[in-house]
Amino acid sequence: MKSFFKYAFVSLFAFLSLYPIFLMIMSSFKTKKEITTSPLGLPHRFSFDNFVEVWNKVNFAKFLGNSVWVSVISVLIILFISSMAAFYLARFNYRWNGIVLFFFMLGLMLPMKLAISPLYMQLLKLNLLDKLSGLIIVYVAGHISFAVFLFFGFFKTLPKDLDQSARIDGCNNFQVYYKIILPLMRPAMATVAITDLIKVWNDFFYPLIFIKTTEKGTIPLGMLSLFGEFDTQWNLLFSGLTLSSLPMIIAFLFASRQFIEGLTAGAVKS
Amino acid sequence: MKKTYSKHMIHLFLLPALVFYVGFMIYPIASALLNSFFEWNGFLRGDFVWFKNFIRLFTESPFQETFFNALEHNVVFFIVLIPAKLMVAYALALVLHGKLKGKEFYKTVFFLPKLLSVIVVGYLFSLILNPSYGALNTALDAVGLDSWTRPWLGSPATALLSIIFIDSWYEFGFAVLIFLVGLQSISSEIYEAAKIDRATGLTLLFRITIPLSMPSIMIMTILTFISAFESFELVYAMEGTSGGPYYSTDVLALFFYRLMFGSAGGGESIGLGSALAVVLLFLISGATAISMGFFKRKEVDY
Repeated sequence: MKSFFKYAFVSLFAFLSLYPIFLMIMSSFKTKKEITTSPLGLPHRFSFDNFVEVWNKVNFAKFLGNSVWVSVISVLIILFISSMAAFYLARFNYRWNGIVLFFFMLGLMLPMKLAISPLYMQLLKLNLLDKLSGLIIVYVAGHISFAVFLFFGFFKTLPKDLDQSARIDGCNNFQVYYKIILPLMRPAMATVAITDLIKVWNDFFYPLIFIKTTEKGTIPLGMLSLFGEFDTQWNLLFSGLTLSSLPMIIAFLFASRQFIEGLTAGAVKS
Repeated sequence: MKKTYSKHMIHLFLLPALVFYVGFMIYPIASALLNSFFEWNGFLRGDFVWFKNFIRLFTESPFQETFFNALEHNVVFFIVLIPAKLMVAYALALVLHGKLKGKEFYKTVFFLPKLLSVIVVGYLFSLILNPSYGALNTALDAVGLDSWTRPWLGSPATALLSIIFIDSWYEFGFAVLIFLVGLQSISSEIYEAAKIDRATGLTLLFRITIPLSMPSIMIMTILTFISAFESFELVYAMEGTSGGPYYSTDVLALFFYRLMFGSAGGGESIGLGSALAVVLLFLISGATAISMGFFKRKEVDY
């Protein structure tokens, strides 16, 4: 009896989590009329017309391309420069290293969004406004602290003997980093990559402010123009929402364990 | 010669990260801090005016009314999220921590909403809560609860609460996972010792489980505080830039947005907006600093 209530309780919340997403996906197959006449029913037939229409009408391919470009490049730069900085801070004993580390850690508690107007002016001066590269720079700057913090912690658990023996074998610092450190860092890299990928991919705030030309928007910004233009065609709205959520949901279903571990590690450690 | 060259090269490991971080994170935040102490006329910086912008924000109409109205909604946001998100998530984590089949399935499903973009969540629920064709009112009608149907997002009485519950829907799975990590770190020996002392269900929960998972409870409470005071996108997507209907869902970040990128501040928007940014900065950074201090001290050992 007691275990019946347990299952009922978790199942209720599983249902609550899934149903809106299920409804979104089902509604995106319906015709415009079907959505108003039977909003809760299943679609009469599974046609991909809505998806095709959204794809063509709002230039979805462009948004998708921009999102992929911005998130992949941002994450790669974050991984690359933060791992190098953490390597420097953890493996060399300069007297300023403690202060520099603390300085990076400050970023964990500063909400960057509040600096939006100086950032805006800065990008304007550097001619980076309304450009994807401007977005990438802002994402990189905002995620360095967390990555350095996590990588630094990782180096502390990694025995120094490995890189020292490589040095004896004649490797210079860059070779040690590239040949020894990078391959060993894969688990920590995966955590940072997944956490930042979700954040950058889903971000709406910075594109909203920095991107003015519709064609330069990322997917979340594409939703804004979709809802502005087709606000009465719910079939298109639902299929647009589904289309924009699918990449993350599919990625999650393939690597849900890594996603969950990555994000929880991120929160517990920060 | 070659020796000194490579000796300096080593700093190239630190340099790129430092340049990005200082140039596009520290410098803009420092500028926002500084800007709040100056008088502004459009983009022109005027005199250093100490705390005048802050005082105007807190005492001068119409800023004062907007500020305190929005602040109140942020506070309500936080307070309602405690039962709606945190307590529910803790209860779910307790159940998942016990004997249960399909744990991985439930964890995956609870986490699923968090993968959507906040803007997608906002738009999706504004369709679901639509008064005429939305799924919620249709479902209520279908089960004979038609007296419960209402314009959820169109009435000041329900709009803010609706948004807070949607935020809980979005975030609770993440909280469940954090609580589970906390529960799993409690050693089973403590439970066995307590069972020898014949401690039963509720005593175990309040005397052992909750006190020992305090670190994860604290961290989630503070993360919730931060998200409550940073909330912007959900309200923006569902109620627009002025937190409708009639400012009943207005929050500080939206007010900040209107000051900076709308016309709410007139010609002095940079000064007032920066002052508001500094207020939020202190609230959020203060909370984070407390949480980090908490983590250093760790939990009470039994």
